[in-house]
Amino acid sequence: MEPGTLSTFLKRGAIWGFIVLQLVFFSIAGKYLSLSDTAFMDLDNMLLLLKQSAPIGIIAVGMTVIMINGNIDLSVGAIFALAAVVMLDSMTWPVFAGLGDWVIPVAWALALLTGIVLGAINGLIVWKTGVDAFIVTLGAMLGYRGLVFMYNGEQPTSHLNWTLVDFAEAQFLGLPTAAWFLLGTVAVVWFIMNRTVHGRNAYAIGDNREAAVNAGIRVGPHFLMNFMLIGFLAALSAVVFYSESGSVNPNDGQLYELWAITAVVLGGTKLTGGSGSIISTLGGVIAIQLLRKGLGHIGADTETVNLVIGLILIAVLFLDRQLNLKGKQELRV
Amino acid sequence: MADVTDKTEARTSGPRESGMNSFNLAGAGRLLARQGILVAFAVFMIGFTLANERFLDPDNIMGVIRSSAILGVMALGVTFVVISGNLDLSVGSMMSFATIVVLDLHDKIGPALAIPGMYAMVLCLGAFIGFLVGYLKLNSLIVTLGMLSAIHGLTLTYSGGKNMDIADKEGTWFSVFGQSDVLGIPVPILLFALVASVLGILLAKTPFGRKVYAVGGNGTAATFSGIRRARVVFTCYLLSAFCVATAGLLQASRSLGSQNTVGQGLELEVLAAVILGGASLLGGSGTIFKTVIGVLILGFIQNGLLLVGLQFYAQYVVTWIIIILAVWLDIAAKRGKLWSPIA
Repeated sequence: MEPGTLSTFLKRGAIWGFIVLQLVFFSIAGKYLSLSDTAFMDLDNMLLLLKQSAPIGIIAVGMTVIMINGNIDLSVGAIFALAAVVMLDSMTWPVFAGLGDWVIPVAWALALLTGIVLGAINGLIVWKTGVDAFIVTLGAMLGYRGLVFMYNGEQPTSHLNWTLVDFAEAQFLGLPTAAWFLLGTVAVVWFIMNRTVHGRNAYAIGDNREAAVNAGIRVGPHFLMNFMLIGFLAALSAVVFYSESGSVNPNDGQLYELWAITAVVLGGTKLTGGSGSIISTLGGVIAIQLLRKGLGHIGADTETVNLVIGLILIAVLFLDRQLNLKGKQELRV
Repeated sequence: MADVTDKTEARTSGPRESGMNSFNLAGAGRLLARQGILVAFAVFMIGFTLANERFLDPDNIMGVIRSSAILGVMALGVTFVVISGNLDLSVGSMMSFATIVVLDLHDKIGPALAIPGMYAMVLCLGAFIGFLVGYLKLNSLIVTLGMLSAIHGLTLTYSGGKNMDIADKEGTWFSVFGQSDVLGIPVPILLFALVASVLGILLAKTPFGRKVYAVGGNGTAATFSGIRRARVVFTCYLLSAFCVATAGLLQASRSLGSQNTVGQGLELEVLAAVILGGASLLGGSGTIFKTVIGVLILGFIQNGLLLVGLQFYAQYVVTWIIIILAVWLDIAAKRGKLWSPIA
C-alpha cells in the first residue's frame, strides 16, 4: 500500500462513512425517541428520501461540474423558478390547445430550453467580459428572479395536468420517477466528466487555468458548455419537481444555490476547482436529506436542522484542511 | 559604460516619449471608467429627473435614503470584509437574528438593556466567524455560507419559529431609532451617516484601515511586513457584526415586530451594493464612500423605475445589467481591453 492511500481512501469515502453513521445513529436513537412505530431504515422511507433529494440533487450535480471548472453559479435557484413558470404556463397557451397531452413534452422542452438559454447567457458573459463568475451569477440571480416576478407578478403560477401528475408520482422498477431522474443525471454527468475530452479539460482548467491555456485548451467554450449544462439541470430539476406539484410561487428555489453548494462541499469538491467527484456530491445530497429526515424522526425541531447542517459544513471544512495540511509546505503566519 | 547608459536612457526615454500621448488618452478613458459608477449615477439621476419631476423632490430623496439605510449600514461592514479579501454571506440571517433578539429582550428586560444585550450576542457571532476565517484560515465563502444556515437555525430555535412582536407598541421609546426625526432628518439616515463617517475615517485615515487594504491586496506581503493578518481579518468581521446589529436595531425599531426571515436574501443585495461601489472581490480595493454610492444607486434606481412607471420587479433586471456593466468596465479599464483575454 502506498503511503497516503489510506488517507485518500478515507477522504474519498468520508461522505459515505458519514451517511452510514447517520443511518446507525438515527435507527438506534429512533427506537427510543421516535413517536412513530415505523423504523427509520424502512424501505419506503429510504425511497422517499431519494425522491426528496432529487430537486437539490440534480442541481448539485451541475454545481459540481461548475466548481470543478473553477467557477460558481449563484443563479440556479432563479433559473429553477423561471423554468418552472415557463413549463406550467406554456401548458395553458392557446397555441398548444390542440395538442392534448402532447403538450407535456412541448412544455418540458420549452422549460429545458429556458434553462439552457439562461445558462448560456451567464456563460457568455463570463467568457467574453472576463468578469468573475461569482459576480456574474450574483447579478443574474437578481435579474432572473426579477424576470420570474415580471412574468406573473406575485401570484403563483398553477396548472394541473393529471397525466403529468400520474407520471411524476409513478414508480418504475420500484423507484419513484424523480429518483430515476436523479440517478440518470448522476450517471450521464459522471460519464461526461470522466470519460470525455470535455470532462478532462474541465478538470484541467479548474486545476490550473494557465497551464490549460498553454496546453492549447480553449477555456471559454468549456465555461460556456458547463454553464449551459447547469442551466439545463436547474430546469430539469424544476421539470421533475413541478410536474408533480403543479404550482410554483415566484419565490420558489430561493436559497437552492446555497443548499446545492453545501451538498457539493460536503461531497469534498474544492472551491478552488480542479478536483471533485459527481458520485461524492450524490453522497453529500443524501447526507443532507438524511439529516433532515433523521432529526425529524427523532423528534428534534425542524429548526435545528439548519443549525446542524451549518455547523457540519464548517466542521467538514476544518477537517478537510487539517487533512490536507499534512506534508504540505505552508507559510507559517 | 557610457554606451550602456546611453542605451538604457534611449530605452527608457523612447517609449515614454511616444507613449505619452496614448497614455493621456488611455488615462482619460481609464479615469472615466474608474469613475464610471459616479458617471452612471449622474446619468441615472438626470434621466429620472427628466422623466418625472417628483424624483428630485426632497421628500422623495429623503424617503429613498431612509429605506436604503438598513441595507446601507450592513454594506458598510461588508465593505471592510471584502477589502480584506474575504466574503460575508451571513449578514442577512445575522440581521434576522439581531432583530428577533432585540425584540424579544425588549419585553423581557426593557429596551435600555435589550440593545446592549443584542449587540453583545451579535458581536459574539461575528467573533466566531472572525476566529474561523482569521485565525483558523478557513475559506470565508464556505464558513459564512455555513453560518448563514446555522444562524438561521439559531434564530428559529430562539423564537420557536414564531413571529416576534413588542407587546406595548405605543408606550415604548424604542421606536425612536427607526421612526422619529431629528431636525427634520429621519434618524435612520443620521445613524447611517454617522456609522459611514466613523467607518470611512477608520478605513481611510488610520493605520488599521491601511492594514485592511494591505491584507486584502497581498496577504503574504502584509504578513512579512509585520501585520498580524489574522487579527485584522478578525476585526473586520467584528465590524461587520457591529453594523449588522445596528441594521437589526433599525429594522426592529421601525417595525416593532418581525418575522424570522426578515433579513433573508439581504446578504446578496448587500454584496451587490458593495460590488457596484467598485470594491473588488479579490480584496484590496474599495472605499466606504463608493459603497455608499453603490447603496444609493440601488435605492434610487428602484425608486426611479417605479416613478417612471415600470413595475417593481423591473429594478432587479436593471440592477443585474448595471452590476455586470459596472464590473466589466472597471476590469476593462484595468486591462486596457474591452473583451476578455479568455480564449
